[in-house]
Amino acid sequence: MRTKSLTARRLLDLFIRTLAFASSIIGIIFLIWILWDVALRGFSAMDWNFFTRRTGPFTIEETGMANGIVGTLYITVLATLLGVPIGLLAGIYLSEFGRTHPLSTSVRFFSNILMGTPSILIGVFVYAIIVVPLWGFSGIAGGVALAIIMLPVVARTTEDILALVPNELRESALALGSPAWKMIVQIVFRAARSGLITGVLLAIARVSGETAPLLFTAFNNSHFTYFDTGGPLQYVYDLRQPTANLTVTIFNYAMSPYERWKEQAWAGSLLITGAILFISIIARIFFSGGRTRRV
Amino acid sequence: MEKSTGKARTNIPDLIFRGITIICAVGIVVIMLAIGIELFRNSLPSIREFGWRFLIDKSWNPVTGEFGAASSIYGTLVSTLIAMIIAVPMGLIIALFLTELSHPIVARIVGSAIELLAAIPSIIYGMWGLFILVPIMQSKVEPWLQNTFGDIPLFGVLFHGPPMGIGMLTAGIILALMILPFITAVTRDVLDMVPPVLKEAGHGFGATMWEVTRLVSMPYGIRGIVGAMFLGLGRAIGETMAVTFVIGNSHTISPSLFESGNSIASAIALEFGEAINDPIFKAVLIELGLILFVITFIFQILAQLWIARLKKHERS
Repeated sequence: MRTKSLTARRLLDLFIRTLAFASSIIGIIFLIWILWDVALRGFSAMDWNFFTRRTGPFTIEETGMANGIVGTLYITVLATLLGVPIGLLAGIYLSEFGRTHPLSTSVRFFSNILMGTPSILIGVFVYAIIVVPLWGFSGIAGGVALAIIMLPVVARTTEDILALVPNELRESALALGSPAWKMIVQIVFRAARSGLITGVLLAIARVSGETAPLLFTAFNNSHFTYFDTGGPLQYVYDLRQPTANLTVTIFNYAMSPYERWKEQAWAGSLLITGAILFISIIARIFFSGGRTRRV
Repeated sequence: MEKSTGKARTNIPDLIFRGITIICAVGIVVIMLAIGIELFRNSLPSIREFGWRFLIDKSWNPVTGEFGAASSIYGTLVSTLIAMIIAVPMGLIIALFLTELSHPIVARIVGSAIELLAAIPSIIYGMWGLFILVPIMQSKVEPWLQNTFGDIPLFGVLFHGPPMGIGMLTAGIILALMILPFITAVTRDVLDMVPPVLKEAGHGFGATMWEVTRLVSMPYGIRGIVGAMFLGLGRAIGETMAVTFVIGNSHTISPSLFESGNSIASAIALEFGEAINDPIFKAVLIELGLILFVITFIFQILAQLWIARLKKHERS
């Protein structure tokens, strides 16, 4: 290394320190700025109607996003019901049965690739396999698209978390004569419970804010789509129809030229951001010890 | 592991359970392959119609049925490049601040805030960009850039044209903001893994913080950092909502960063609705998706290979 004067070295160091400090401040200012705008504009546009009335023409004040809120809940629940069990089971295979099997190597590889696939392409894929041949635009298609996004995340998180469970637990269960499935479900899962809950919650948080994969799967709807059969089913959503959801509604409203709709879009943004931050914080409280998976 | 889940006592429920887990695991591989196959199958009409010319053709006219992917590919690459140019150095230096300079309590608070920010949906970034950033870009930033750099030969052409606020530059900035928390968090994790002993040895020689970072931490963590860049790139390149709001959505190629453009993802998001009853238009958009799929697939494979090499390197 070339010798430089101590002053020059110290000056360079000071320069880098200042730059680092300034960049951090700038980065944080921008990110707080975004949250601040969402909170402020969202809050001022949020009223009782927002939660209780369905979407409607921009000329009518008594409209809200209630149908979008309900639809997003149904679609997310459907995605969770499909994505989480399959993801958990795949994770069990990776961690418990096939840890060193060549099949696992390719499953891991493709999971990582699937995680990195742009979500809009998942939307196009589901459009091709469900919307066109089966139900048309439908809540089911939206739920399947989100489930596919969740699947690799849940599988890889499950694998990571189960790997933290000490082998002695497995061995003692087996030594007592427990079959492998019982050992996994009753012992390993119990030991890894908080980590698994965190993983699942973060996966739900991640998909519930997705817009692109819903654009041409769940599509949108200005109505509540309850079953119109009467009886107990009338309180349940018919997910075979195009289903309103918060994020696509926000997108349509924000791109519209109408002030009233733009305000509603901010309110929707606040709701979805708040919900996601809330789930993420809860998830972290559940499992403060470990790292979350990013890759 | 193999031993503890033993084959000697295998019973029927165990076999069934194991079979189910295998099916689920293989399901992921099947879905991934099916995405590729479906994208290819559904873009066949467009591939037959336009052939390889599609990749370099910049015409786009749904009415006359002339389509080319050049402007979308160009917009995708340029907006991603702008995002990387901004977010990578900033993410690195913020991570440096968090690991080396800040008080541990500050580092923890800012660190968790960054993790949470990475969870904010991209539509929020896009909306904020459209309503808050675009007016500022239009009235302040772009005129300033134009006045300051517009006259420099060659370089100045980047800032020509009317400052509309909407366009390639704004899209790049929004993308940068979106991947910044992600890149910062991964880089911080990598820098955190540098053994303190190595850094202390550097300081013991009288090296300054920057010298220790440049000569000790960076070489130690460079592979991890490059992996983080790849993953950030993968996120930016296929991002839809953050870009669609602010890129302007015109199928043009212009050297000016102020000019509107479009990206593959934004074109699909905005035009798929119109294309549904037009088989060729729809196939064209799906072929755009196929191109995006191939691009991200290549980047992902490079990132995976890189990370696999990194792990092997760590073990030895």
